[in-house]
This record gives sequence, structure tokens and C-alpha cells, in this order.
Amino acid sequence: MPNPKQDNQMTRALTHLERLEAESIHIIREVVAETEKPVMLYSVGKDSAVMLHLAKKAFYPSPPPFPLLHVDTTWKFKAMYDLRDKAAQDAGMELLVYQNPEAQERGINPFDHGPLHTDMWKTEGLKQALDLYGFDAAFGGARRDEEKSRAKERVFSFRTASHGWDPKNQRPELWNVYNAKKAKGESIRVFPISNWTELDIWQYIQLNKIEIVPLYFAAKRPTFEWEGQLFMADDIERLEKVLGHKPELTDRSIRFRTLGCFPLTGAVESEAATLSEVIQETLLTTTSERQGRVIDKDAGGAGMEKKKQEGYF
Amino acid sequence: MTDVKDPVYKTDALIAEDIDKYLETHQHKTMLRFITCGSVDDGKSTLIGRLLYDSKMIFEDQLAALEADSKRVGTQGQEIDFALLVDGLAAEREQGITIDVAYRFFTTEKRKFIVADTPGHEQYTRNMVTGASTADLAVILVDARKGVLVQTRRHSYLAHLVGIKNIVLAVNKMDLVDYDRSTFLDIVADYREFAEQIGITDFTAIPISGFKGDNVTDRSDKTAWYEGPTLMEHLENVEVSADDDLAKPFRMAVQWVNRPNLDFRGFSGLISGGSVKPGDAVRIVPSGKTSTVKSIVTFDGELDEAQAGQSVTITLEDEVDCSRGSVIAAADSPPQTADQFEATVVWMNDEAMLPGRSYWLKLATQTVSASLQAPKYAVDVNTMDHLAAKTLDLNAIGVTELVTDKPLTFMPYREEAGSLNKTLGGFILIDKITNQTVAAGMLNFALRRSQNVHWQALDITRESRAGLKNQEPKVLWFTGLSGSGKSTIANLVEKRLHRMNRHSFLLDGDNVRHGLNKDLGFTDADRIENIRRVGEVARLMTDAGLIVVTAFISPFRAEREMVRNMCAEGEFVEVFIDTPLSVAEDRDVKGLYKKAREGSLKNFTGIDSPYEAPENPELRIDTTTMTAEEAADKIVEYVLGW
Repeated sequence: MPNPKQDNQMTRALTHLERLEAESIHIIREVVAETEKPVMLYSVGKDSAVMLHLAKKAFYPSPPPFPLLHVDTTWKFKAMYDLRDKAAQDAGMELLVYQNPEAQERGINPFDHGPLHTDMWKTEGLKQALDLYGFDAAFGGARRDEEKSRAKERVFSFRTASHGWDPKNQRPELWNVYNAKKAKGESIRVFPISNWTELDIWQYIQLNKIEIVPLYFAAKRPTFEWEGQLFMADDIERLEKVLGHKPELTDRSIRFRTLGCFPLTGAVESEAATLSEVIQETLLTTTSERQGRVIDKDAGGAGMEKKKQEGYF
Repeated sequence: MTDVKDPVYKTDALIAEDIDKYLETHQHKTMLRFITCGSVDDGKSTLIGRLLYDSKMIFEDQLAALEADSKRVGTQGQEIDFALLVDGLAAEREQGITIDVAYRFFTTEKRKFIVADTPGHEQYTRNMVTGASTADLAVILVDARKGVLVQTRRHSYLAHLVGIKNIVLAVNKMDLVDYDRSTFLDIVADYREFAEQIGITDFTAIPISGFKGDNVTDRSDKTAWYEGPTLMEHLENVEVSADDDLAKPFRMAVQWVNRPNLDFRGFSGLISGGSVKPGDAVRIVPSGKTSTVKSIVTFDGELDEAQAGQSVTITLEDEVDCSRGSVIAAADSPPQTADQFEATVVWMNDEAMLPGRSYWLKLATQTVSASLQAPKYAVDVNTMDHLAAKTLDLNAIGVTELVTDKPLTFMPYREEAGSLNKTLGGFILIDKITNQTVAAGMLNFALRRSQNVHWQALDITRESRAGLKNQEPKVLWFTGLSGSGKSTIANLVEKRLHRMNRHSFLLDGDNVRHGLNKDLGFTDADRIENIRRVGEVARLMTDAGLIVVTAFISPFRAEREMVRNMCAEGEFVEVFIDTPLSVAEDRDVKGLYKKAREGSLKNFTGIDSPYEAPENPELRIDTTTMTAEEAADKIVEYVLGW
């Protein structure tokens, strides 16, 4: 935790964030000790930024003993690609980037293909990448406060050889003792920041000065409206090609609460340009974090659960 | 019901006025982890939905979805069904029940909360224990119309068993009994009587309505007779002695050895007790070696001191033997080691406990093989009676003795003074074949015999004995169906070895049952004990330097694995005498298949008892394509490394 040396008291009650940090580090180390080939999924969002930071802390002075894997859809914001490469380099870790060749070949994009876009690029892409490299454990930065089926998921979530999740048949998870035993072909998705909330993430980023994609902060950016949501024009040439017309762009002061594929991630109008202001806005808002995420609304109320049963993170 | 457009609990005014000051305060809020439990339909999910709603943790888009869901699949007519907020799985919504633990988060001006909404159905008791193992407080819900039920008792007992000290009895659905005071008092009196039996000396009773919101965050005017706190007030103010651990001697289970280069060797772990400073004398358990702490290394710089609850990396002044599974402890107060214990076990798997079978036991960062004896007794959670039991079925709780194959570094889960050692006293059991977590356990104490029987050091070692015989000891473990040809081939193998001046011994299934194992029958438990004894004898014989050939059906993978683990690395050779059932049955050398088919011989492998074929045997002998002579040659070649 920040500046522990300034605290000269003999011992003191640990803060909530210090406890969360220690718990997450414990989880990350258990996976390294008990699995053969772990990998950390890195999506360049604020949650994966925190997870990567925790991994760096867990193994310091060694670099984290596993690679980072970005399952890329080719439709991320440019600023995300920039930070991705820099973060991996700073951490001294190998960065693997995987793009589903079939999605590439068929030109799958969020405008023409709707839910298929997520399915092909992310779900299938992830499964292909895990199989290709033979990873038996994959860290993911999901939190239980994000979504109702996430709230039900264990820290160690087992997947069959075909990457399926059976929510009715989860292993009991007691104290902080994790069972990492698995049969050949099975893999584990591990969520070291399960018990963190969105506010914890923001506050931890602030206290630890973790670099995040600048798109989380408000700035004047070219935007257009499409199907009732506000989007940023990130790669205008490519956008024109798939939309079939040139969208009418307006400069607005916007920022993003979550970052995914740019055509699937709605922006919010905001003036919050510093972390404190972002946190303030987060706390005062009346809509949830994932409200701008189109994919959660697929398949009625159980969208995420269904995706996870099919192998989505 | 409260108007859903106007949450009762106001947002902290500081957020809008001075965000940095708010964050500073927020950072130092304490945290309470609690569970809600009770019987099905006692209103747990509804209560949590209400707490989230009242503490303004539900956003507009979630509320809109909730309203729509309530009309579609809700159970409250046109009103909002708060249970749908937490019952997030499709199967839960279908059945209107909670299947698995849901973890939810909320914050008030005073405190942060993680609440585990745990299932009421008896079949999901294991998930309730999952939630309870990390909780500081339990809210036990009782339906005011129904009073104290079986599940109320079961959950109270489990909460007490894992060591939750703060119990809240929330008498729910008071709106359905006209907020009647005497109904409330009767339930409280009932509960008190039961609670005292199981050692719960204190609890807080609150009359509430999760559905209407009475006494949840707002004091209800319908219960003017009630003078205690609202549920939220109690949750915000109850004292949590989370820092019990700080008062203990220093202890850290080593998770991982950090070796970035030749000059740095650090031991990483989560400190579970006390605190540590550079210069402190420490003892490494089980090796018993002592050293001094050189530094406490973290990403943010070296620390002057670290304490329980922190994950750190420690370096020592001396090059001592220390690895994953070791515990670094205060030199003058190290934890004990033992290999035989009494433990309280909660069985969590559909497949019942098998006395004698060996399971993986994971405690802190140690994983060992452990086998359990038949329970001393099981606990009837209704009456607290001790019941005689031969095994533990799903959700059963019992007290049993267990033996581990290596000494465990441990502390009793519950110390006499009442303080808990969750880290060094709580363990899980893992099935070696399915890898499922089959039980949770708490170590009560080490058996005295495990500390008083010492290993006698012998001057003549197993290596010297084997050297004298000029051979490598082996256990050739033949497994296969009755009539597969095990004894015939084993006999030929021994004759060949004998001819070559090798010292061997053949342990045959039938012969052993005439002497050493004549007290054993053919139940699963007896078969396991049969194999355990044979394994021990075979191991002793390898100590003597012999090549041991065994011929036992040994139908279960777990037990063959147990013997493999008794032997030294590479010493155990699993030889699968692979004969299809139809072929073995046709041969029927001893006439046993005929008896089994007629029903006069029970528990016969392949007929009414399973045979688990080896997955990766060292040798597989297909007797349909190979004669017994050819098989024996092949095995001897393997043993002698030709």
C-alpha cells in the first residue's frame, strides 16, 4: 500500500483497501504455486490495470511469472492499444495478442453482426487462445458487484475441457483455501478482484497512481449518435466503411465508464477530468457502470450467465 | 411499502461537497462481512434487496430491469420483488430459490459491507458454509409465522461451528402477524433455549419486515414496543474483533519462494498472526531451524514492520530450508506439528465419506494425503444429539479421527480462550479422482499418540539393504478383474526373478486374506483397508530391499494411488492385467462369476461392484493378445530396465 513507511505506529488496523490488496495478492500467488501454466487476461480497462498492478506487487522483485494475454477484437480504441503495449513493457512481462483468424477472415464487426461480434472475437477467440497456448489457469479482472451472475461466481471458477461453466455445480470455497486440482483439459478462471467494488478500484488507482487509458477522463472529443447512444469517432475511415456513410461528428466533452470495443461502448457527457472528479461523478450517478455496455442486454436477463456457460469470461 | 422512487438512505453529502475529504473518510471506514441465512422463503434475498435499495446501491437502469423482471417472473404481484436482485441465475429465477452464495456490497456513512446471501435449501448447505467461513456476523432469519425451524437450527449451529461470534436473530415478516409483540417474544424465547444448547451465549433479536422495510434501515412506527436498534444500526455499530489475529504470535505460511536472481531469496505469504520486524528471531516449521528476519520486501519499499492480514515477502539472514508449505513463526512460539488429529468435518459431496480412503487435505499452503476413520459420532443438528455413524453423507457434520501421510503444521481451529486459528486450523478435503472439494474440516487437537510415537532412526538404511542384494526395490502392483490372470502371471514373474538371483516376494490377495486381513470383508471400506495394509507391508518389504509382486483386484484408483504415494519415487509399478469382463467371466477359474450372477456372492467386482481401470499404468498387459509367458517376459524386462 502507498507510503507504508510514513506510518510509524507499531501496528494499526489495516484499511479496507489494504485488506483487499492482501487478499488478491494471496490468490494470485496460490495460482502460480498450484497450476502449471497460468496467464493473465489483460483487456486494458481499469480493472485489468489494477489486477496487473497487484500481480506486480505479488512477485516483486521478480516480474510476474506468467504472460499477459489480450484477446483482441481489432475494434478497441487506439488509446487502449497504446497503453497495452506500454503496460506490458513496464511490467517486464511477455504480451500475447490473439485475434480469432476466422472472425478476421469473415470481417466480423459490431455494426453488421451484433452479438456474433462478441461471440466470435471474444468468446471463441479466448477459447482458441487458451487452447493454443495450453494455459490451465487464466486470471480475469471481473468483480462480483458488476453483474448478478458474477455475484454468484467463485474466486476459482472451473471450466470443462470445452470451457463450459456449470453454475449449479460450483466447488465450495472455504476461508482462503483454494482447491486448484483439476483433470487434464479442464481449466480455471481465477478472479483475484472478486471482492472489490467499482469505488474500490477507483480509489486504489488514485492511491497507487496507476496509469489508465486517458479515455476514462473527460475531454473534448469528436462524437456521433447511433441507435440512441453516444459514440466517439476513433477510427473514422474504418467507421465510414462499415456504416456506409460519414457520420455527422460533433465535438462534445465526454468520457467512458467502461472500455470495450469502441462501437459497442457508449460515452457519457461529462466534465470530470481528474480522478477525484471521476470518482465523484461515479458516486453521484444514477445509472450502473455497465449501463453503456450493449452486450449485457443480449438474451434477456441472463445474458452474462449464458455467455459464461458458453465460455465467455 | 416505501415509495421506490425515493430511497430512504441518503447519499453522503460529502460526496458532492468535498470529494477528497469523502474519500479520505471512506478509506478508513471499517468493514463488516456478514451472511444472511435461514430456511427457504424466510425472505433472505428480499432483505438483502431491501438493504441494497435502502442504501442506494441500486441504479436506475437496474431498478428499471428489476421492475420489469418483477412483473414477468416475480412473486410479489405488481410490487417489486427485491429477491430478483440477488437471485441472478436463470435456474434460481425459474424455481424462485437461491442456489448459490451471492456476494453483494454496500456502504453507509459508517461502514462498508460484504454480504453473502446463502441458500436456505438443505441440499445447498455446503454453500451456506462457504459463505459463513469468511463472515464476522450472521443474520439468521426466522419467518414470524413459522418460528424456529430445522434450517434455523442447522444454520445457527454451522455459523457457531465455524466461529461466527455475532448472531442476529431477525424475526421477519412481522407485517404478516400484525406486528404482534408476543409472537416476537415467543420466538426469541424459543431461539434462546436452543442457542444455549449449542453454546451461543449472546444474540441480538430484531423484529423486521424485509418486504415493507420495517426496522431495516428505518425505525418502524408499527413496533412501538420494540426499543432496540434497527438492523442497519446494529450492523453499523456492532463491534468486530477482526484484529484478534494481531494479538497472536507471528505466523506466516509460505506460499512461494521468490528467486529473481542468485542473490535474492524471499519467502512470500499472507501473515496470519501477529506482526514481524527485521531483526526478529523466527523458527521455520516443520524443519525447526531458526533464523532472523533480514528484511520485509514489498513493491512499495521495505517495511519496518508488517502485521497479520498483509501479504509480504520476507528475507532471512541464514540459508535455511524453507519452501511452500513451511510456516515461518515467532521463534519462541511456533505452531505444532502432528500427523494424527481429531477434527470436526462437514461433508459436502453427494458421494459419502469413505473411511480409510485417502483424500488430499489442504491446510494453508500444505497439501498432504489424509484418511479418515469412521466417525466417532455425527451431530443431529435438531437435537444436538451425538448419533452413531459409519460414514458422513452430504451435509452431515461429524467428529472423526484422521491420519496424514506427512506431519502437518497446525493450530487448533478454536483455542480454549475462544479465539480462532482459521488459517492453520481449517482445512478442505479433495477427492483424488474427481478433484471435487468434498469436505470442510476444523482441527480440534492432535492425538497424543501422534506426538509420542517417534520414528526410530535405524543405522542400516534401505539403500544399504538393497545394495547388499544388488537390486533396486520395486512394487509390481498387478491390478485387474477376478480371473484376469494376475496370480498366474505374477507367479511366472517371480520364478524368472528367482532364476536370476533376484530377491522377491509375492503377496497374493487370497493368501493375505487368510492371515493378515482375515478380519476384513468385501465392503468398500474393508476393501480400502485391505489395500492399505497390503500397501504398508509392500512398503516395508521394499525397505528390506525386495522386489514385491502383488496380485489384488484393487478396484479403486484412489487406493492404488494411495499405495503409489506410500512408495518412493519410481518404485511403484502399476501393471494393468487387462482382460475384458466377458473373457474373465468365460474363464471363471474359481467359479465366482457364476455365484455372483446367481446373486449368492455380493459386491463382486465387475458384476455389482465397480472396477476403475488404470488411466496411465506403467505397464498394460493385454491377455487377449499375449500369453502369460510373454507377459511375464515383458514385465521382467521392464523391472530390470532392459
